[in-house]
Amino acid sequence: MQPNNTPSYDIMIIGAGMAGMAAALFAARKGLSVAQAGLTGETLYASGLFDLYGVAHGSSGAFIDNPWQGLQALRQTHPDHPFCKVAPEQIHEGLAVLTGFLETAGLSYRGYADRNARLITPVGTIKRTFRVPATMWAGAAALEEKTPCLIVDIQGLRGFSAAQIVGTLKPSWPQLRAATIALPWEERLGPKYAELMARTLAAEGPRSELADAFRPHLKTAQAVGLPAILGIHDTDTIHRDFERLLGVPVFEIPTMPPAISGTRLKEAFDTHMPQQGVKTFYHHRVHTAVRQANGQFVLEVGRSQPEETLVANNVLLATGRFLGKGLEAQREGIRESLFDLPVSQPENRSCWHRKTFLDPQGHAINLAGLEVDRSFRPLNEAGRPVFDNLYAAGSILAHQDWIRTKSGTGLAVATAHGAVEALTGGQAGR
Amino acid sequence: MTETTLSTQVLIIGGGATGTGLARDLALRGVACILVEKQDINAGASGGNHGLLHSGARYIASDPHSARECREEGALLKRLAPQCVEDTGGYFVAVPGDDEAYIADFAERCAASGVAAEAVDPKDALEQEPCLSPDAIAVFAVEDATIDPFMLSLDNLAQARSLGAKALLHHKVLGFDKRKGRFESVRLRDFHSGADVRIHAEQIVNASGAWAGEVAAMAGAHIDMVYSQGSLVISQSRLGQRVINRLRKAADADILVPAGTVSIFGTTSKRIDAPDNCRPTTAEIDAMLDDGMAMVPQLSSTRYIRAYAGVRPLVRSGTGSDDRAVSRGFSLLDHENHGLDNFITITGGKLTTYRLMAEKTADLVCRRLGNTEPCRTATDPLPASSQAQYTEPGLTPKLWFKKNDPGDLLLCECEMVSTSVFNEIAGSLTHNGHQPGLREIGQRSRVGKGPCQGSFCSLRMAAHMYDQGMLKDGEGIDELKDFLNERWRGMQPLLWGPAVAQAELQEALHCGLLGLETEETLKT
Repeated sequence: MQPNNTPSYDIMIIGAGMAGMAAALFAARKGLSVAQAGLTGETLYASGLFDLYGVAHGSSGAFIDNPWQGLQALRQTHPDHPFCKVAPEQIHEGLAVLTGFLETAGLSYRGYADRNARLITPVGTIKRTFRVPATMWAGAAALEEKTPCLIVDIQGLRGFSAAQIVGTLKPSWPQLRAATIALPWEERLGPKYAELMARTLAAEGPRSELADAFRPHLKTAQAVGLPAILGIHDTDTIHRDFERLLGVPVFEIPTMPPAISGTRLKEAFDTHMPQQGVKTFYHHRVHTAVRQANGQFVLEVGRSQPEETLVANNVLLATGRFLGKGLEAQREGIRESLFDLPVSQPENRSCWHRKTFLDPQGHAINLAGLEVDRSFRPLNEAGRPVFDNLYAAGSILAHQDWIRTKSGTGLAVATAHGAVEALTGGQAGR
Repeated sequence: MTETTLSTQVLIIGGGATGTGLARDLALRGVACILVEKQDINAGASGGNHGLLHSGARYIASDPHSARECREEGALLKRLAPQCVEDTGGYFVAVPGDDEAYIADFAERCAASGVAAEAVDPKDALEQEPCLSPDAIAVFAVEDATIDPFMLSLDNLAQARSLGAKALLHHKVLGFDKRKGRFESVRLRDFHSGADVRIHAEQIVNASGAWAGEVAAMAGAHIDMVYSQGSLVISQSRLGQRVINRLRKAADADILVPAGTVSIFGTTSKRIDAPDNCRPTTAEIDAMLDDGMAMVPQLSSTRYIRAYAGVRPLVRSGTGSDDRAVSRGFSLLDHENHGLDNFITITGGKLTTYRLMAEKTADLVCRRLGNTEPCRTATDPLPASSQAQYTEPGLTPKLWFKKNDPGDLLLCECEMVSTSVFNEIAGSLTHNGHQPGLREIGQRSRVGKGPCQGSFCSLRMAAHMYDQGMLKDGEGIDELKDFLNERWRGMQPLLWGPAVAQAELQEALHCGLLGLETEETLKT
């Protein structure tokens, strides 16, 4: 029996990654009362790029230029794939709502309507993605046109070498040039970290000093690429200012972890999601979730211990995979962590991973996860929803390999949208 | 394509403990030699073993002759190569269910082989080694020790080089040229440059371990080999101060060996059909851990950071299905019955007796050369070289803190390997005529051997190498892929629990963001 003043919500979203955030946004827009709890740790590893569908699912591994066409073909080849449970319009709308929200938080996104953009990575490979932070967008055009570009690295920032990027790409992009600069405001030796640099560049003075350090290397370059350090909040302003100072388009290149792209997203969500009307419990986990006889869920949330109790009419599980702790891989098998829901998985541990890490066929364990119906409700062994008011979205779902198909955010948004639609059945909240 | 020609007195094929030990022994006797190795030093069993300097107590029942050899050679190495050895001591431990008769006969058999074994009260043993099962029924203390096989081979080779010997890595034997019934020269290919090399030698020694059969076949000699794979796992932290052995007739899952800041548990005995097909499997590891838990319960819950396997080179003497029954003693074959008078094979044996194997081989070689210098490896200490110092766990963090130079950036944060150490190892490789790549540097340091298994440090190292001009063009992509695939071999059989989350992060970074698996280029 819970006390009368236990807060009650239409929907409790468990998970604070991209799927959880998207679901919270969509549910709040529909007028539902929304609570959300989750650990945002893994968001820190996000690259900031929103992938939709870059490589075909299945053994062909073909590169996808038009993700909508690719998803259409997927309906024929793999109808079990979670993408096939939503209509393309839902994915369009979901992405628009997400990027619109981030724009109000000072992080704008760009992209083509019908095709993937291509960007360079810190090791000189090509990254295919769909929606790109405005601070990185000029890189997509520069790549398409093979614009004469200066790539700059910063002494002390490990894992980012302009010489590596230029050396690897030069055969097909001859007018790339590399330069190294020392941070003008930091005389001490020692490692440099992207986050410190990014926070320092929030002020005009350091931006001006940095541009002064870049300028001698510019020469005939028509665009400049640098590691992603142009601020944490309000990156659009910092980026525009830096472009103004240099007089050419500037694009960020994602760095290896610890990178600021994940921090940007995390801080945007932390700050602005409550303003959407979502009751947030970030950096909290759900310790227990029990379904009552009347169908409602009673949940205990807290940091290391349960601290508060909530009641929800519906629960959406967006707890991620192994990194997010939504799934656990024991020697005997894979478990879903919170409700112990049935997990579709390979026969045994020796089938989980291939002998070669980079095997183009991908690892079978990545396809493991929760099987859901067309309403995104997890199924029991008999193929029926475990609970008619329990939903799941995001990377915890089975029959997809988001890493290999380059589908991270797209899948999160699509399935979150699908689950919230199904949950509301077209009705507004109470 | 031009061909390089070299001349020497003795050509040694194989860069493991035996080959490098032989190069040192011959060099000390004033014999000129060239060592060739198709991969890197210790690519075979010398790089895939327990790191154990056997007291001999393990072989008292099955192979008393080996037991005695181990005791003698172990004592020599502790005295002459202390930099490679940690004199940890060892226990033999029996738990309920183990063969009581074997336990009862143990002390006597040890005495008969001259192997020291002192009975210990299990309660006292448990105080000394809390990781032991509280149900242990019998314990004996023995003179086991641990040895760093990389440091051992690199130190042997370093002294050999200082005395004039040469070593060619990544050089594979293609064929032997006979003239008037003798081998006149050996043809090789340099894998890095693609160039052909021809080496003229008076005597050729096949010290290629598990590949001895393949090499001998090229020389027209047949050796009947049996390939027995042994898999091992490395725990994230050190379990126990001493070597812990199972007190029973030698079987799988018997030995837990401390190695600096980690421990190594193993092993298995799985028949494979070729030495190149060696890799640890999930089935072997599961079986091994389930068995070992009886002796050290913590084995079931500890986190493992790497699995690996080595191939024992066994020369078949009799018939029989138990590979442990094939003698672990070594085989020195002079091939005179094949009509060859300048081709010798030395194979089999164990790491502990490498020096003796090298001595016997050198004796035979020198007899044929007419060299009467005495063997000095049983008396002269093995000088510590700087070649392998960075493989020692815990060393580079100490050096870095002492140095206190903020400009010396850490490239591997798990094991705290700095830029200056990296540059030193790379410089040494270049100086010796070898290409400094990620795998080579990994071999000679602890880079990539910590919890991240190279996920992050590989990227920092590659970037650094481009900045230093050690890599150019698209070479970095191949280096990264190669390094990551190599680290994966040791991770994959251990992927359960938190390690699976680590693997997911690694794949999200290297495939999700960097696309290393797609090989997309600007042209596609």
